[in-house]
Amino acid sequence: MRATTHPFVFTGCVELREALDVHALDERELLDRLREAPADSIFFHTHGYFLRHRPFTTAWGNDFARWAAVELHDPVLGERLAVVDPFAFPALDGLREELVTIVDRHVRDLGAVVRLPWGRGFHFQQSHVVEVPLGVQATTLREFRDALSTVDASAIYLHMVDARARRGRGAGDFAEWLRAALGRPALAEQVGRIDAYLTTLERVRGRLLDLVDAVLEEDGE
Amino acid sequence: MSRIGEYSQVAPPGTVDIVERLAARVRGRRFLHVSGGRLGGGSAATLRAAIPILDDLGIDTRWEITGGDVAYYATARALQAALEGGERVLTEAGLEHYLAMNRVNVRRLDLDADLVLVHDVQPVSLVEARAGGRWIWRCHFDCSGAQHGAWSFLRPLVERFDAAIFSLPQYAHRLGVPAYVVAPSLDPLSDKHRDLGPREMQAALASLRVAPDKPLLLQVGPFTPGYDPLGVVNAYRIVKTHHDVRLVLAGTAEGDHESREILANLREAAQQDPDIVVLELPADAYVQINALQRAAAIVLQKSVQEGFDLGPAEAMWKGKPVIGGATAGNAQQILHDVTGYIVRSVEGAAFRIRHLLNNREQIPRMGAAGREHARRAFLLTRHLLDYLALMVHLAP
Repeated sequence: MRATTHPFVFTGCVELREALDVHALDERELLDRLREAPADSIFFHTHGYFLRHRPFTTAWGNDFARWAAVELHDPVLGERLAVVDPFAFPALDGLREELVTIVDRHVRDLGAVVRLPWGRGFHFQQSHVVEVPLGVQATTLREFRDALSTVDASAIYLHMVDARARRGRGAGDFAEWLRAALGRPALAEQVGRIDAYLTTLERVRGRLLDLVDAVLEEDGE
Repeated sequence: MSRIGEYSQVAPPGTVDIVERLAARVRGRRFLHVSGGRLGGGSAATLRAAIPILDDLGIDTRWEITGGDVAYYATARALQAALEGGERVLTEAGLEHYLAMNRVNVRRLDLDADLVLVHDVQPVSLVEARAGGRWIWRCHFDCSGAQHGAWSFLRPLVERFDAAIFSLPQYAHRLGVPAYVVAPSLDPLSDKHRDLGPREMQAALASLRVAPDKPLLLQVGPFTPGYDPLGVVNAYRIVKTHHDVRLVLAGTAEGDHESREILANLREAAQQDPDIVVLELPADAYVQINALQRAAAIVLQKSVQEGFDLGPAEAMWKGKPVIGGATAGNAQQILHDVTGYIVRSVEGAAFRIRHLLNNREQIPRMGAAGREHARRAFLLTRHLLDYLALMVHLAP
């Protein structure tokens, strides 16, 4: 069994949410606010959706799509926004541009829009992620597998989602460690390709374990 | 077992471990809560549960209470009502007296701490005397529609804090300090929310004279227009023509004329239909409310007025589907079509009740989803994580 002197340190997280003074009460305001909202807020309402909705696979995939469909009663805009896969964009600016383009194209065909009351508006937020080292680390693939199966789901989010989208680690922390520290480039590539869109953190954990188990079996472990 | 350890069986896996690890990072810090009273439910109940746990985790946590004379309480109540959007007369003399009484409170109370969380309106002006530590204003109500005069008075005080906390982002008013979002929570080990054995359930229901011999529809909440109990009766009547169900309305009547009139109407309806049960319960009837929620088939929270009432989360924690009015607080708790339904009319409530009664296999499925949603989002353990994350973030 290959071991590394650079152990993988599992870290969970707690999300401290902050309300911004940025609000939209109809489609046109959503377009304006999407252009000016901080990048962290775009992240919160797209990638962050997966941390907050972890027990369920919900229909909309991000907060903008859910709001358009459920509150604005604009299912077409809801569907167009829902299909945007935030994980397909290497940088948040690209994701923002895609959302802006969709809403811009949509409002051009709209006549009068209905303004919602304040309570049902879209209220932009962002979050401060407080990292929590979980006291669990791995130096071999077997140790990695055992730790992965038990750590809090927020660790999956931090290492797979937050690392990719907010901290610019393209393939995520797991893939990077498997490749660089453990010398497992093929497994790293498979892990880096896991599609976290429209699923739950527990299902992502399951897919990771399946991939690792297959390699352990090949190794005769 | 430590106090937090007792929550391992009910909190999401791994949560207690994260609470302990976060607490270790701020061990020895002094965390002070200041509010206007220790009694009642809501935020006071949360503090009564959270403070001993935080203290047990090594965080020196205290709770101070402001007090004053009759005029002080009256002004604080009027100020809060005006901040919630109600029309109130606030006099300069009254506000000056309120500030003066809080200056007396400053001399009386020990406000020295690393993090000071000031709850709601009564103690808010203590911030004028802040010395060390970080100060946060915790607003438990919706102040987005505050009366202009009341907000003009409060805003300069709030902006002397380092941050504010609101239960929902839309409850915040424009401020020059960061506004964090922390939802309320329920204590799963309290009498109101702990598991009840069959005998305890039976005894509690018998004491209320509620027979569990047919599906129970339940609404728990004050008999006030904001909770629309008469709308619930009308929804029940639509359902009753198709299903043999019983409606239980449990709550308290406020002292005002409108509430008394609603209660009189409810009693009249109960006299005409033995399957309508109206229960006036004291505020501390925790076990009875727990038993009613567990005995219910479907729980209603047909609120028509804004405010973050935890009723839906309480019922979801007991594994019940919830049909709630379209308020922001309900929308935050009820995942439409997953843990219950959001409705906008009496007819909508009746339609969803009938749908569930006609497709009964959905009731336990939605209930189970609701319990998991409540476990993740509305238990005290999540609130502890929020407090600890705040300490790490603001007072490391």
